[in-house]
Amino acid sequence: MLTLENISVGYGAIRALKGVSMRVEQGEVVTLIGANGAGKTTTLRTITGLLEPTEGRILFEGQEISGKPTHQLVARGISMSPEGRGVFANLTVRENLHMGAYLKKNKAEIAQDLERGFRMFPRLKERESQKAGTLSGGEQQMLAMARALMSRPRLLLLDEPSLGLAPLVVHTIFEAIDEIRGEGTTILLVEQNAHAALKHSDRAYVLETGRIVMEGPSKELAADPRIKEAYLGE
Amino acid sequence: MDTFVQQLINGLTVGSIYALIALGYTMVYGILRLINFAHGDIYMLGAYAGYFIARWLGFAGEPSVAGLAVVLVGSMLAAALLGMAIERFAYRPVRKYARMTTLITAIGMSLLLENLSVVIFEGTPRAFPELLHNSTYRLFGNAAISKTQLLIFGVSIILMLLLQWIVYRTKVGTAMRAVSFNLNSAKLMGINTDAIIVFTFALGSALAAAGGVLTAQYNPTIYPLMGIITGLKAFVAAVLGGIGNIPGAVLGGLLIGAAETFVVGYGQLVGIPSTYRDAVAFAILILVLLFRPAGLLGTTVQEKV
Repeated sequence: MLTLENISVGYGAIRALKGVSMRVEQGEVVTLIGANGAGKTTTLRTITGLLEPTEGRILFEGQEISGKPTHQLVARGISMSPEGRGVFANLTVRENLHMGAYLKKNKAEIAQDLERGFRMFPRLKERESQKAGTLSGGEQQMLAMARALMSRPRLLLLDEPSLGLAPLVVHTIFEAIDEIRGEGTTILLVEQNAHAALKHSDRAYVLETGRIVMEGPSKELAADPRIKEAYLGE
Repeated sequence: MDTFVQQLINGLTVGSIYALIALGYTMVYGILRLINFAHGDIYMLGAYAGYFIARWLGFAGEPSVAGLAVVLVGSMLAAALLGMAIERFAYRPVRKYARMTTLITAIGMSLLLENLSVVIFEGTPRAFPELLHNSTYRLFGNAAISKTQLLIFGVSIILMLLLQWIVYRTKVGTAMRAVSFNLNSAKLMGINTDAIIVFTFALGSALAAAGGVLTAQYNPTIYPLMGIITGLKAFVAAVLGGIGNIPGAVLGGLLIGAAETFVVGYGQLVGIPSTYRDAVAFAILILVLLFRPAGLLGTTVQEKV
């Protein structure tokens, strides 16, 4: 479904990604783990067109998408819950969700998706008319995920959905990830919480200073002594 | 008492015009964090567009409501196109560079529009045709309100309500607010942010043009540099209200208009000559920047992390 071929990205003189190749197949949950500054967020920003690769190409459903503007990629079926959630603090919860469905024309479908988001995260329903800026961090994360689903993506990118959240909320978020995958949406998950990420995914890539250093089925990686030592703290 | 009411009416008339122009400054700032210094010149060009439309279509000789409406809407459309062109060809190419670059481009655009207008329209002021027969209605004592003033209030209120509706009740307005809060997040929603930015320029420019035509009904002399001081005052109005804040721009405009009229009306009593009229706005600017830099209605949204 998604293929990255030898992607390099630079911020000025700094090269954040150095020839990253990876793929995500239809229906999979793939996780990208790595330390701070390894290039995880850069990878996602490049896939969504917020950054342009200096080298390599990105294919989505067989077509090259590198260099295409972000809004066109959303139209093609890619959606992202960005780092730091990126909710519109000045808009209400409901307005945020409606922005997620910006490209959708069918009012009945939008209403249906809105209800689905509220079912997935009942807290959002309670806060429907509140400004998103007044939500707690966990609620903002729920909103960012529900909003990303409003465009009915075929590929959902999640950037650090559990960052800075209380354990109970982290649990809710990962339950939601399982639910989303159960509906057939392909997910690329970036996480620092390697333990949970490996538990809730099929395959994993390990990114270190801009390069993929390991890859494989999540179960195998979770059992690998190097991963255990470096990322699972065991 | 009647003098006070009269001053207030006059002040709010000028203030409504400032408010219309200030809205453009504040919307563009909200979305791009750019002070569009050419905005005052769009107000001037709006007035010129109205002048030519009135002359070409023959509304100059015989005042009528229909003629006024055509001139007003026509000049708003012309200014909207101009604003879109300026964004597309002057600001968009430099948007990716430092903010200072865009700011300097805006100053350059302002000078270009002013000097080009001097060349094309000549520096001599022109008399703007009367589009509506003016008459004056006595309120009480010596206080009166003219038809033109009612027109300015009426049109301003309609346009502001329309803007309020667009920004807070429509999808494109919600997208404008989304873009102004977080550009990248807005892109991730599938919003074509360039289209929203262009739309914002069109909207702001149209309001400025309406201000230009209305001013020309109140004070029927137009000239290529008329946008400089009015534009600056409207900018101060936007800052006073809280730049980026739409109701703030309206409040700021009305306050600046009233303050400046009261200085002319009552200033002598406290030893301020009426020639200080133009200084009022800038004195207010200094006070705002010293004591309330966020403006009267401006607040910084608290973002929880």
